[in-house]
Amino acid sequence: MAFRPLLSRTLGLTQTLTHSHNLSQLRGLQTFSLPDLSYDYGALEPAISGEIMQLHHQKHHQAYITNYNKALEQLEDAIAKGDSSSVVKLQSAIKFNGGGHINHSIFWKNLSPVSEGGGEPPHGSLGWAIDTHFGSMEVLVQKINAEGAALQGSGWVWLGLDKESKKLVVDTTANQDPLVTKGANLVPLLGIDVWEHAYYLQYKNVRPDYLKNIWKVINWKYASQVYGKECP
Amino acid sequence: MGSCCYSPSPSSSHLLVTDFFSWGFKSSKLPFLQQKRRFDRSQRASKICGYHGLRTPPYKLDALEPYMSLKTLEMHWGGHHRNYVEGLNKQLEKNDILYGFTMDELVKVTYNNGNPLPEFNNAAQVWNHDFFWESMQPGGGDMPKLGVLQQIEKDFGSFTNFREKFVEAALTLFGSGWVWLVLKKEEKRLAVIKTSNGICPLVWDDIPIISLDMWEHAYYLDYKNDKGKYVNVFMNHLVSWNAAMARMARAEAFVNLGEPKIPIA
Repeated sequence: MAFRPLLSRTLGLTQTLTHSHNLSQLRGLQTFSLPDLSYDYGALEPAISGEIMQLHHQKHHQAYITNYNKALEQLEDAIAKGDSSSVVKLQSAIKFNGGGHINHSIFWKNLSPVSEGGGEPPHGSLGWAIDTHFGSMEVLVQKINAEGAALQGSGWVWLGLDKESKKLVVDTTANQDPLVTKGANLVPLLGIDVWEHAYYLQYKNVRPDYLKNIWKVINWKYASQVYGKECP
Repeated sequence: MGSCCYSPSPSSSHLLVTDFFSWGFKSSKLPFLQQKRRFDRSQRASKICGYHGLRTPPYKLDALEPYMSLKTLEMHWGGHHRNYVEGLNKQLEKNDILYGFTMDELVKVTYNNGNPLPEFNNAAQVWNHDFFWESMQPGGGDMPKLGVLQQIEKDFGSFTNFREKFVEAALTLFGSGWVWLVLKKEEKRLAVIKTSNGICPLVWDDIPIISLDMWEHAYYLDYKNDKGKYVNVFMNHLVSWNAAMARMARAEAFVNLGEPKIPIA
């Protein structure tokens, strides 16, 4: 009989212990970490300099992830406390930093060194779809470059697939908005970062040159894969 | 009211020496151009007429070293700012209605109450950059004095608090934009605000006192992604409180900041 209260007291103690450590893991909050690139920072030269790749990956993308995790933790807290005004206030930070993480994760996969097929145009169903929807690869590239150059401020230019209509679309998003904010059915195949940090050190203010050269390292294999999954 | 510029230097809608040769027939008063004009008539007919000029900053381009490098000034002023001016002039060429507006008026009119016309972006960015260069000076930073300091202490509690708010606004801006110290007309007080892309507080009828460009091109060459360092350097070494004082003095003509002095009978 004397044991029971002792047992329940120790159980109570371990409960409080697990509550103070790993609280978020206990409740299942997933945090995010910087994905590795499958190529060296310098492997995309001369289209994109190694200096830019390193800064872009290690500083910018990492910052989005850090702030995204922070915002998610704060959101979890606010939800648990039923603090609606904090929940709503955090939405913009989540959209910005979460979007930054999503977009850059896709971006790294959209690029590959020339030696690994970067720049090679897509064969198969995606290539055919591009010719059907845009006429030719050149027309698509021109369209994307024009929209990318005309974007005011910071943002992304995308080649996306409308899941429902199975049509390819070219669209832009502002700041770090993911493509899905432009249409719930849009799946990003290819995204080009036109924030100044993506090209300034190398191309200065000549964004059109950056857009012209980035095609040499675009990884169409990844875009084809994503396309193939949605349009088998 | 709209034609009152917030700067002591000549209005940028006047002919500048540097834009001499980009003017077409509008400069008929200049005798030594006449000979050239006769030969160039057919070519000149299609040339752009410069409505607005690229105003030079009130200091040499390397005067802000080491806090803002010559390279940045050359790129930022000579590249970005110049492109906005030339883009604006190209647009104005096709637009009779907007011809003859001053920069202030252009910004407000093209903002079109939130539904901006295509000229807005260029007009606002030209205005913003003119204002920005004049918001800085070599040997800047330190603290404001006299009336500006008094008003800051009245509206923010202390200069330190204002500085914190300003830096925080700069670091929490999403995307490209600007941070401003403005005098709010309605509320008759100073405030720190941030705007996206090219938006300028003029469109809300507020009076800008100081601005900081937070577009990446403003700091990337010098500080890469270290925004915090850039903003602190601006506050410590670049911001021109002299310009702020001049602007405040002018603003007081439009906003009554004083307590009413009712004489005791």
